[in-house]
Amino acid sequence: MSVNIKIKNAVKSYGANTIISGLSLEIHAGEFFTLLGPSGCGKTTLLRMIAGFNTIEGGDFYFNDKRINLIDPSKRNIGMVFQNYAIFPHLSVKGNVAFGLKNRKYPRERIETETQKFLELMKIDEFKNRMPDKLSGGQQQRVALARALVIQPDVLLMDEPLSNLDAKLRVEMRFAIKEIQNRVGITTVYVTHDQEEAMAISDRIAVMKDGVIQHIGTPKDIYQRPANLFVSTFIGKTNVLEAQLAVEGARSRLLFPEGLEVPLDGLREEFRKGQKVIVSVRPEEFVISTEPNGGLRTVVDSSVFLGLNTHYFVHLDSDQQVEIIQESMIDEAIAAGSMIYLTVKPEKINVFTEDGSRNILDGVNNDKNEEA
Amino acid sequence: MARKKLFDIWTVLYIAIFAVYALFLLYPMYSILRNSVIGENGKLSLEWFVKFFSAKYYSQTLVHSFDVTIWTTLLTLVIGVPLSYFYNMYEIRGKGLIQVLIILCSMSAPFIGAYAWIQLLGRAGIVTTFVKSVTGLTLPNIYGFNGILLVLTLQLFPLVFLYVSGALKNIDNSLLEASDNLGCSGIKRFFKVVIPLCMPTILAASLLVFMRAFADFGTPLLIGEGYRVFPVEIYTQFLGETGTNFSFAAAISVIAIVITAAFFLAQRFLAKRFAFTMNAMHPIERKKAKGIFNIFIHLYTYLVVGLAFLPQVYIVYQSFQNTSGKLFKPGYSLSSYQTSIKRMSDAIPNTFIIGGIALVLVVLIAIIIAYLVVRRSNVVTTAIDTMSMLPYIIPGSVVGIALVMAFNKKPFMLTGTVAIMVIALCIRRLPYTIRSSVAILQQIPITIEEASISLGASKMKTFFGITVPMMSNGIISGAIISWVTIITELSTAIILYNSKTITLTLAVYTFVTRGNYGYAAALATVLTALTIVSLLVFMKFSKSKEITF
Repeated sequence: MSVNIKIKNAVKSYGANTIISGLSLEIHAGEFFTLLGPSGCGKTTLLRMIAGFNTIEGGDFYFNDKRINLIDPSKRNIGMVFQNYAIFPHLSVKGNVAFGLKNRKYPRERIETETQKFLELMKIDEFKNRMPDKLSGGQQQRVALARALVIQPDVLLMDEPLSNLDAKLRVEMRFAIKEIQNRVGITTVYVTHDQEEAMAISDRIAVMKDGVIQHIGTPKDIYQRPANLFVSTFIGKTNVLEAQLAVEGARSRLLFPEGLEVPLDGLREEFRKGQKVIVSVRPEEFVISTEPNGGLRTVVDSSVFLGLNTHYFVHLDSDQQVEIIQESMIDEAIAAGSMIYLTVKPEKINVFTEDGSRNILDGVNNDKNEEA
Repeated sequence: MARKKLFDIWTVLYIAIFAVYALFLLYPMYSILRNSVIGENGKLSLEWFVKFFSAKYYSQTLVHSFDVTIWTTLLTLVIGVPLSYFYNMYEIRGKGLIQVLIILCSMSAPFIGAYAWIQLLGRAGIVTTFVKSVTGLTLPNIYGFNGILLVLTLQLFPLVFLYVSGALKNIDNSLLEASDNLGCSGIKRFFKVVIPLCMPTILAASLLVFMRAFADFGTPLLIGEGYRVFPVEIYTQFLGETGTNFSFAAAISVIAIVITAAFFLAQRFLAKRFAFTMNAMHPIERKKAKGIFNIFIHLYTYLVVGLAFLPQVYIVYQSFQNTSGKLFKPGYSLSSYQTSIKRMSDAIPNTFIIGGIALVLVVLIAIIIAYLVVRRSNVVTTAIDTMSMLPYIIPGSVVGIALVMAFNKKPFMLTGTVAIMVIALCIRRLPYTIRSSVAILQQIPITIEEASISLGASKMKTFFGITVPMMSNGIISGAIISWVTIITELSTAIILYNSKTITLTLAVYTFVTRGNYGYAAALATVLTALTIVSLLVFMKFSKSKEITF
């Protein structure tokens, strides 16, 4: 019985200071949806507007067809997991999980069974009589999740729930959260600034910057065909190079100042004219050669061996730094000071308008455009 | 647009609290101000102020008060800061007991100390007589300036000790290690690093000591003799044997408030310049001092604490002595207890009834105001906050006089009732309890309350089911301190009480003024016992074992 969340022209301001102006968004029923962006981009603000802890200065919020703008937070039937977990320190683990059910005045047997079910589901049954200060961070996280889910909320909201955990536990909890969400099938809105976490966990991601959604899509869409330069640099690593787009009839080519020429397919019709462009090449999208082959000439500064891959840090003639990732070879890595020549995998790179605001290639799936 | 309901329960509450404060604080303050500018002929005039400042007989009390207060503040710092430093930096034998004794000293009513010192060092005091009979020497006069200074210093240095100990606990050990590492250690480090780090706290403690010493009324009344100070002058003008003068008392009260307000603001200004926050990840660990220094800090600690606690011990001893009328007789019994309790049969129940009602009200109002100030800040709550702090700078006797002036005629005929005692105690104690409740509440993250609301609990249920239980430890320990200050309160109660509303502290005072020292000692011991029990309960509830006034 999960719901779909529709937000139309949301506005949030504090006095004269507008954080979000006219944001629209649709989150599908049962979906794991992530708001991703740098700190201060308005993602937590938006989440708290959905929860009802922030006032809404404009626009409409719907759960299915029910407008929730004026509904009290305690009546929205939302499960929320806070960054600091907000576990009640004076209640036991069981007391925390049962808290929401008691507020709903369910009969005692039902509270017992439901609580027990979620204690087991989150694997915290054995701690149920402990007080919160005797729990580790990961265990507290599980209590917070059990407490949020046991009330069978329409929507689950999570505000950077993993940011207080150490790296290993974070990866572990990621899967635990994803698995439980799958099992319960609840519409989930998740806030994070960690792009890797977002990719690992989400069905769809909305990348935000300065209160504006830049791109909504699946992790694959966003990584491979980012809507603009900001999205391409925020998600994963990338190298940003300047180039000239040359169009001759049906053919088009990218001309790099250092001499490399790359044939370009899939150019969008509206951008089919000669212009300056910005090219985003991810480290793994380079092909390297130690012999001159018409590629970009670079000098290796250093390399880092990371097992599966080796990272090379090189510089171009223009002194621009470039990072390259190659599958590690059995031979020695290329020595610092060596000259190498770079070509790119043309089907993988992304090309943006000179101001970086639009991707000029086909294949960008941005759900934002449909909803705006 | 989301609009909150205009009249939720909190709105009703803050309007009610505002009204109560307006009636019981602003109106009395207005009464005192109005009385102070009404001349003998009933017209508006500043003649009382002129009279005060033009006659040396009156204005001298101001000079005396400043003299005593400033010296007391300096001395408490000189004694209290090193004591606190030794206590927190080094291993002192019996440190648990020492702390309890220091706290106990700070909790007894100052005038009890004054009368005990008179018993010890006064004209007929046992130490004076003993020294005279053995050596023939006459000890320096205990009455007047010296006596007031002695009693107030020994009474108030515990506040400095407790405040500075709190600050030292917040200093991270690495700061001291860094200082050593950079070549600044020992006594140099004490002045260059430790004192500056504690400066905000030292300033706060100084203000508290200043306010207490300036407003204290029992001590100079008993031991001051010809050395006339400000609070006593207010009292004599108001209730004195030489005829009362309400308007003149009011004028002196207004001057007192202006002075304390000025010091309060000056301290605020200074404190802002020194403000910084510290949080010790690795608090200072006590070390064992070596050699002569070790002996010195032990002697110093025992001497100071011993001197401060001596009056209490002597009073307990005296309470068991046999008496005949006003004279002590050889032999020991419980007769002082029997007689004093019989003569003041109302005092003990009154203490519990008046103190108990006041305590419940103080705690309840403080929690609500703290919640309003922290979670629902707006113009009205800020006004309530500021207003509730006013009594902090108003001497206790002035609060008493203001209440009498405001409520001695219909429709608010409250003088002589239990109600007016309760109101006075609430007004005096609330600033402290509100501040500590605010501090407790600020440490509770708001997300805890949001979690509760998102799980379907109403605002009221969240407040009573989540917020209050989380505050409870702090509230209970704060309440116990309030309880102790309420039962030992003298300067306001002495103006408001009558034979029906007399409390233990007032009964002790009455016996002292009548010269029934044995009975006074017995009731003072009961009061001390009550304080000790309260302190033990406090220790049980307070996790940090820290006391804030």
